[in-house]
Amino acid sequence: MSAGPPMELDTLFGDYLLDHAFDEMREATGEVRPHYRALAETLARLPHDELQRRKQSADLAFLTQGITFTVYGRDEGTERIFPYDLLPRLITAQEWDRIERGLTQRITALNLFLRDVYSDAKILKDRIIPRELVYSCKHYRRQMRGLQVPRNVYIAVVGSDLLRLNTGEFVVLEDNLRVPSGVSYMLTNRRVMKRTFPRLFTSYGVRPIEHYPQLLLATLRSLAPEGRPEPNIVLLTPGVFNSAYFEHTYLARQMGIDLVEGRDLVTHDNVVYMRTTDGLKRVDVIYRRVDDDFSDPLVFRSDSSLGCAGLFNAYRAGNVTVSNAFGTGLADDKAVYAYVPRMIRYYLGEEAILPNVETYLLSEEKERRHVLANLDKLVIKAVGESGGYGMLIGPHSTAAQREEFARQIEANPRNYIAQPTLDFSRAPCLVNDALEPRHVDLRPYILFGDKVNIVPGGLTRVALEKGSLVVNSSQGGGSKDTWVLQQ
Amino acid sequence: MLSRVADSLYWMSRYLERAENTVRQLDVTMSLMLDTGGTSAEQRWRRLLASLGKPAGLEWNGDLEAMTSALVFDSLNPASITFCVNGARENARQVREEISSEQWQRLNRLFHQVHAPGAQEQFASNVNDTLASILDGIHLFKGVSDTTMIHSQGWQFIRLGRYLERAYASATLLEVYQPDLLHLAEGDTTGYQYLELVGLLRCCTSFEAYCQVYTADLTPDRILEFLLLNRDFPHAIRYSVDCLNDSIESIQRTGGRRPPEELTAGIGRLHAMLGYTSITEILSGNPSAFLHTIREQCMRIHEYIYRYYVHYSIQSALSV
Repeated sequence: MSAGPPMELDTLFGDYLLDHAFDEMREATGEVRPHYRALAETLARLPHDELQRRKQSADLAFLTQGITFTVYGRDEGTERIFPYDLLPRLITAQEWDRIERGLTQRITALNLFLRDVYSDAKILKDRIIPRELVYSCKHYRRQMRGLQVPRNVYIAVVGSDLLRLNTGEFVVLEDNLRVPSGVSYMLTNRRVMKRTFPRLFTSYGVRPIEHYPQLLLATLRSLAPEGRPEPNIVLLTPGVFNSAYFEHTYLARQMGIDLVEGRDLVTHDNVVYMRTTDGLKRVDVIYRRVDDDFSDPLVFRSDSSLGCAGLFNAYRAGNVTVSNAFGTGLADDKAVYAYVPRMIRYYLGEEAILPNVETYLLSEEKERRHVLANLDKLVIKAVGESGGYGMLIGPHSTAAQREEFARQIEANPRNYIAQPTLDFSRAPCLVNDALEPRHVDLRPYILFGDKVNIVPGGLTRVALEKGSLVVNSSQGGGSKDTWVLQQ
Repeated sequence: MLSRVADSLYWMSRYLERAENTVRQLDVTMSLMLDTGGTSAEQRWRRLLASLGKPAGLEWNGDLEAMTSALVFDSLNPASITFCVNGARENARQVREEISSEQWQRLNRLFHQVHAPGAQEQFASNVNDTLASILDGIHLFKGVSDTTMIHSQGWQFIRLGRYLERAYASATLLEVYQPDLLHLAEGDTTGYQYLELVGLLRCCTSFEAYCQVYTADLTPDRILEFLLLNRDFPHAIRYSVDCLNDSIESIQRTGGRRPPEELTAGIGRLHAMLGYTSITEILSGNPSAFLHTIREQCMRIHEYIYRYYVHYSIQSALSV
């Protein structure tokens, strides 16, 4: 095997851009941060072609395992390999501690909020959150009013998106309380990375994440209806055409549970069964990866055949647990988001450990005027959308796009919020042969059953295009493995 | 096991078996046509199409190249190899969590092989190699299916699909060949007849196996006996029926539900027909009707499997 001379750090960094944005690896002076030093030295020591060689072998691992997702809204719109970057993103034990505490606090408060709004609605009576904001939310489900949810857990599986600002501080950009996805990429990234950098991985003392499927299973089991000691747990998928189908099959296999579609389920006397070759088998817990709208045609959208007719009544009767509960999208509405710090204060009597991003509510006349005057500097988001759809990034937009959004905002102000264009942190990525910084976020996965459980790490999403701020996989983003260090 | 999953595994397997059968029969027909004496190209193609079940949209039109290409690549024609491979992969994709990664990768590779850009040109320039490599792909898939998948209900449904399709296809093939076979001229010395008989055996990959049992002395009654009644050869109809029987029993053992009388009776009837009838009796009776009955029974068994394991009424399941 031919090995060229090792790369020098300077060659490695090339024209590495350092400016006011926080760089995960380097101080503003250019010096490598202490916890990144071992990584930098390893990279510098590698023979010239070695990085590319490892990249290729990692590519191949993703390809043959068929780790793909589906892109909507394109003609060819089919399977694509999930793009990823070879270099890990490092998080120190101290940083992680704060993230973990902050997310635990936040998820606890959000869950209390959902419970409150769907029962006594005290927070509305106390005028902490405006009533009309909640009742106008398109993800509010009046069917959930007064319904007793197992263990009072509405949101068993959560993925919150964090950004790091140029102060070095982590903030929460949004919470995903409906059907957060991406955890399979977190797990497969790790598997590939362990093979790609075995020695480096060992020397860093990285905290493990591989037990996530087991934790998820335990979480779901803890939410089983009373009197079902050996619950039959299933994962409900919309089917093979869903963008996250790979993840559904992956998680079902890792947990050893059945992957069901709506057409596999029937209800009788408010009990859910699945059709098996041995006859009907009772279902106790459903890990639901189907949106509310499509879950039960009798209660939600009647034109959908993805769900199971009668599911909601069985749920209401307490014969089956559905996780996440219905109507949780209320709490990740981007306008309700603005009130999360106030929720934390109201329910827990604490200040938010992880702050929010400054958010303008366009239903407020004053804020709307300010936003419309500054569309070119702000990011506009539709409140009920996710995955980077329905978004305007002011500084990167055309006049026509801005006009279009202004028109939509005027027509339906409640449907939009605005946030400043954030200069969030960048991490080194392998681009051709050199390191280049790209914007990254972090989506940890939070499980909530008996208690809140967060596997150390999450999915670091990367805006692979130079200068781009969009990290969503549906919009050309990629991912990185995230190493949370023991020390 | 989920009914939908069982159904997908069953069809994945049936489609692949069908693709394999088409590949072999096409391959044999193409190579028999190299010897221009005896049966004409038209006759051969009519016979090929008949033994593939007279697929709609494929009529002999004299354009050999177009016909062959359609039978391999026309993804809109349900008889084509590509259609079958697509069907198998689509079914596999829907039960991705149930099959092993090795199975998935093999099937994926086969899928990409028939869809590769340039596959048709390559086929046109070398028919044999293409067919052989498709056959390889199918064999590899079957191999990893047997070695990497847990042999529980899912695997049994794969076997059900494979052997039901095989029994049905073999019965169709024999029904088509049988009139010609029984009216062969005695003492033919031109060698064409011999080629025909070898061709029939090769359609069921059974030439070498036949020779081991009967020597290379090819006679129509022995060939029929071998392909119908042999209990040890995997492409004999009796063997396939025995496997169906085993699989149904095994599914019952693991599931605990008794299969309906009509299903066990249906398989039992076939089993008895093939187990307790001698070739002399078949030939002295009406062989064509005999083969036809086998096909009908196969179709009925398919229906029972579907009605009992996959698409049963909720009422019937609740009353158990």
